[in-house]
Amino acid sequence: MELTPPPGPASRGAARILSGLLEARTGQILSESRAWRMETALKPVLRAHGLADMDALATRLVGYKDSHLENEVVNALLNNESSFFRDLQIFDMISRHILPRVQEERSNRVLRVWSAGCSTGQEVYSLAIQFSNDVARWRGWRIEILATDISSAAIEQAKSGIFSQMDVQRGLAVGDLIKWFEPSGDDWRANSRLRQMIDFRTDNLFDARAPIGEYDLLLCRNVLLYFTPERRQTVLRLLARHSHPRSVLLLGAGETVIGHSEDFIPHPDFRGGYGRRIATAGSEPLRKVV
Amino acid sequence: MKNCLVVDDSKVIRKVARHILESLDLSVSEAVDGRDALTQCEESTPDVVLLDWNMPVMSGMEFLQALSGAKLTARPKIIFCTTENGISHIRAAVEAGADEYVMKPFDRETLESKLTIVGVI
Repeated sequence: MELTPPPGPASRGAARILSGLLEARTGQILSESRAWRMETALKPVLRAHGLADMDALATRLVGYKDSHLENEVVNALLNNESSFFRDLQIFDMISRHILPRVQEERSNRVLRVWSAGCSTGQEVYSLAIQFSNDVARWRGWRIEILATDISSAAIEQAKSGIFSQMDVQRGLAVGDLIKWFEPSGDDWRANSRLRQMIDFRTDNLFDARAPIGEYDLLLCRNVLLYFTPERRQTVLRLLARHSHPRSVLLLGAGETVIGHSEDFIPHPDFRGGYGRRIATAGSEPLRKVV
Repeated sequence: MKNCLVVDDSKVIRKVARHILESLDLSVSEAVDGRDALTQCEESTPDVVLLDWNMPVMSGMEFLQALSGAKLTARPKIIFCTTENGISHIRAAVEAGADEYVMKPFDRETLESKLTIVGVI
């Protein structure tokens, strides 16, 4: 269902053009709460281009094919909210239950993770910290972490590893801060060892080019909620194509595969996780649905 | 209900912290310096202490050292909450026994996150 942008200082027409651009470029629809914040989100863009209001911005976008301006608008409208170790119990489950299971099953000592919709990187940096804090367990293993997001601005920030003082205080334990980050002016920067663990790529889930092969752990948290049911199905089919019968998929709180995917079912062993419905020959199928 | 002792010589900071902590279902008591905090801890040990660094009479670090020699029923979790934001101060606080560290200015989300990490909420 398309949400009608609210009336405000800008005309409904301008709001429709801007939300239409977001949907065309990313597949995301503006929720009512985000639509109300549209003008606030776009203020830096308006200021940078000397535009008076959203009407002027919409007129510029319609009148001139300015792909740089379009990128700026899309990046500004995307919700890049993230924090370290968001939903702590999920990271506890990954560390204590999911990864040990994967480790038992992978004879080639390669572990592959894909974070689809990684935003500014806090989620995958949290994972990288977990791996790094448990270095003895992972000695001799190759850990591959792919992190993708549609927002080029978010990916650039994630690659830099630079986070504000406020960012690093949300979810990150002080022990991890002083072990894995270094001061960078008023900000903090993930150290080079942590940054090198993650392959950050700008990539569109509806034209995915970055993921290659199958991943043992797939994270797509707080992403599906921005899509229509049809697009959720498309994304889940993509995730299924890049998973194997023993992969584990983790979604955000309040997100589910139920009603959107025939490839995944709730995982019998990992509460809140999902596994593949169909096992291939030679692999033990998922035992039950919880 | 768990109790948090807010130790800060600034009345404004104590008021802001109290407002946030009470919204997180914690009961709150206040101390104006480290000496006051130590006396209160010896009378009734809180679950967590939100501790400023620079205070008259007894600083946060002096309080932490004194606390280790005090006879308490249980050791409270210690969260430094200070404008001393340099990494050398943070390291010193952790080495002295602080469980967490909040760099001012702080907000509700930050305090909630740190209280979760130390297991108080």
